[in-house]
Amino acid sequence: MKLSDEYEDLRKTVEAFARDVVAPVIGDYYEREEFPYDIVRQMGAMGLFGLPIPEEHGGMGGDYFALCLALEELARVDSSVSITLEAAVSLGAMPIYRFGDDDQRARWLPRLAAGEMLGAFGLTEPGGGSDVPGGMRTKAHLDGDEWVINGTKAFITNSGTDITGVVAVAAITGTTEAGRPEISTILVPSGTPGFTVSKKYSKVGWSASDTRELSFADCRVPAGNLLGERGRGYAQFLQTLDEGRIAIAALSVGLAQGCVDESLRYVRERRAFGHPIGHYQAIQFKIADMEARAHTARLAYYHAAEKMLAGEPFKKEAAIAKLVSSNAAMDNAREATQIFGGYGFMNEFPVGRFYRDAKILEIGEGTSEVQRMLIARELGLSAL
Amino acid sequence: MNIVVCVKQVPDTATERKLRSDDKTLDRDAADGVINELDEYAVEEALKLKEAHGGEAAVTVLTMGPAKATETIRKALAMGADKAVHLTDDALHGSDALSTSYAMAQALGRIGFDLVVLGSESTDARTGVLAAMLAERLGVAQLTQAKKVEVSGTSIAVERVTEYGYDKVEATLPAVVSVVEKINEPRYPSFKGIMAAKKKPVETLSVADAGIAADQVGLAGAWSEVAEFAAAPPRGAGTIVKGDGDGGTKTADFLVTKKFI
Ligand SMILES: Cc1cc2nc3c(=O)[nH]c(=O)nc-3n(C[C@H](O)[C@H](O)[C@H](O)COP(=O)(O)OP(=O)(O)OC[C@H]3O[C@@H](n4cnc5c(N)ncnc54)[C@H](O)[C@@H]3O)c2cc1C
Ligand SMILES: Cc1cc2nc3c(=O)[nH]c(=O)nc-3n(C[C@H](O)[C@H](O)[C@H](O)COP(=O)(O)OP(=O)(O)OC[C@H]3O[C@@H](n4cnc5c(N)ncnc54)[C@H](O)[C@@H]3O)c2cc1C
Repeated sequence: MKLSDEYEDLRKTVEAFARDVVAPVIGDYYEREEFPYDIVRQMGAMGLFGLPIPEEHGGMGGDYFALCLALEELARVDSSVSITLEAAVSLGAMPIYRFGDDDQRARWLPRLAAGEMLGAFGLTEPGGGSDVPGGMRTKAHLDGDEWVINGTKAFITNSGTDITGVVAVAAITGTTEAGRPEISTILVPSGTPGFTVSKKYSKVGWSASDTRELSFADCRVPAGNLLGERGRGYAQFLQTLDEGRIAIAALSVGLAQGCVDESLRYVRERRAFGHPIGHYQAIQFKIADMEARAHTARLAYYHAAEKMLAGEPFKKEAAIAKLVSSNAAMDNAREATQIFGGYGFMNEFPVGRFYRDAKILEIGEGTSEVQRMLIARELGLSAL
Repeated sequence: MNIVVCVKQVPDTATERKLRSDDKTLDRDAADGVINELDEYAVEEALKLKEAHGGEAAVTVLTMGPAKATETIRKALAMGADKAVHLTDDALHGSDALSTSYAMAQALGRIGFDLVVLGSESTDARTGVLAAMLAERLGVAQLTQAKKVEVSGTSIAVERVTEYGYDKVEATLPAVVSVVEKINEPRYPSFKGIMAAKKKPVETLSVADAGIAADQVGLAGAWSEVAEFAAAPPRGAGTIVKGDGDGGTKTADFLVTKKFI
């Protein structure tokens, strides 16, 4: 599959940025579990946060595939910066662009698209992420012309940085005629009284990204902060997550490819039993398998993105892309770490970071089990 | 103000570079072509000067090179240059520095300029002479090795890097400037810039279009000839200094014998 000149130029630009700007410093941020504001600022200056957003809203006028290419190239070097971009655009800005009214778009999009402000999306709760709305407890009700929100959200990316401006919160706002919970999405600006951001989690990976628990205690926002229509929350996040899966697939492919890049370099230098270890077939086969996994996973996400941009149904393709690419990332991280031997277990080597960063890819934005459920549904197998 | 930036496509220094065995010129198909690194700084400086002029300036990219150099032109346009001139002709293949400067001076004469900005050196041929040769041929001031450039009205002042620090050099436009790495931090093109680049005008000039005498350029017109070439010899085994608590002293002694310290 050959990329058009524009996509290829973008890919190369982000590749150079990741190599020259991110790679030299990200290990230290990671070690200190510090959010890389300076890198994020430069990503903003390049327009990465505005990739799929039209120019009239301050974006780059590109598309979702352009975002995916950028995510892949960043993740070849580091996943924390890539997930920061993914969550900010795919979960933060895109719902406002897709479902927001003119005022909401005008208020939030220009700064979100410039990367000067980050948005977040709060769906998961301590009681359940896969089972929505079954595990959902956060509620909101109208009191005069204000929404009053109560509840807790867990694991919310980008929700507590110094430049976080807004969190889209999914909440139960009533009961449908069919007797099910009615879900709506409400925009909550950072700093709203009653909205508390807890301290950062201590995470196994993605250590230079921001993940927090959020709590809402009689948190009041204007009625106009409702995103789109009341009761459309479920449909909104299903759409958001379908797209997000392609983005996470792209990020996973980046990590899988980064494992190949690092391993190729290392096996030419590292010697054992008189030869560079790259001379041994056992090592060569590992790398061949790693490359094959990265390649096929890339084709899967390209295909899902192509269907999405063509306006065709892409739910199954997105789920497949997320499933196989997160698998590829895990497998490649395990093999790359093995190839690096003891050094692979050291945080100062990128593959050590890749190893820690890979696991979440099988969990976030729909676990691998959820992807399989989605694929099975698309094949016509009904739920229990 | 008309600013022309000279941008050369060079083989990626990260890939293996080699010369062709037949005519002893660079094998441009063997490696990926990229923008000469210092030329990114030259483009950035031209864009900054344009911005400082409230946009009342046009930045034109001039590239002499084969068809594939369009990739490099696109990069400069994506960074923000307004238009480009691609001087390309089979007759130019194998030009040396002297004939390159002749051909480019002809092209610059056609384009018209107040200021020409170059990198101070390419990463492939590394002669570092082009700025001086162009200034001479065009009969304008030459301000090379600049780490700072200021233009106000028709006067230009640069800080020229020297071994002992820098000189401050002033001249009146038109002028030719070559820049060093210290001068700025080149921007990364945005996707908007990348997409806009496709729509920007790129004029292709042949030798005839630019009024270049074909026998003065290319391998035939070259003043210098590559007679022979050889690969760099592989590096030797190196010296291992064994220490028993005195490794530091021994290493220092070794460095002294080599006159490093
Ligand atoms: C670093 C990080 C960042 C995150 N960022 C965000 C964010 O920005 N916004 C947000 O809303 N969420 C975010 N999340 C939450 C994430 O999306 C959830 O953790 C994920 O969806 C899984 O939900 P859970 O943790 O509640 O697991 P559970 O849903 O409790 O699942 C537990 C296990 O049971 C399995 N399982 C569940 N149901 C079934 C079934 N029917 N059949 C078979 N197996 C099943 C799951 O696959 C899983 O293996 C983030 C999480 C992390 C760790
Ligand atoms: C390996 C190699 C060795 C060579 N050795 C010699 C030699 O010994 N003697 C000789 O006369 N020629 C030599 N040449 C030919 C030389 O490459 C060309 O004449 C070249 O275009 C000018 O020299 P330069 O790249 O060294 O310019 P430099 O003076 O090093 O480059 C300075 C700046 O000039 C501009 N520039 C240079 N070339 C172009 C271009 N084609 N288009 C647009 N802008 C440009 C760029 O802004 C660049 O940063 C050699 C070429 C190669 C590939």
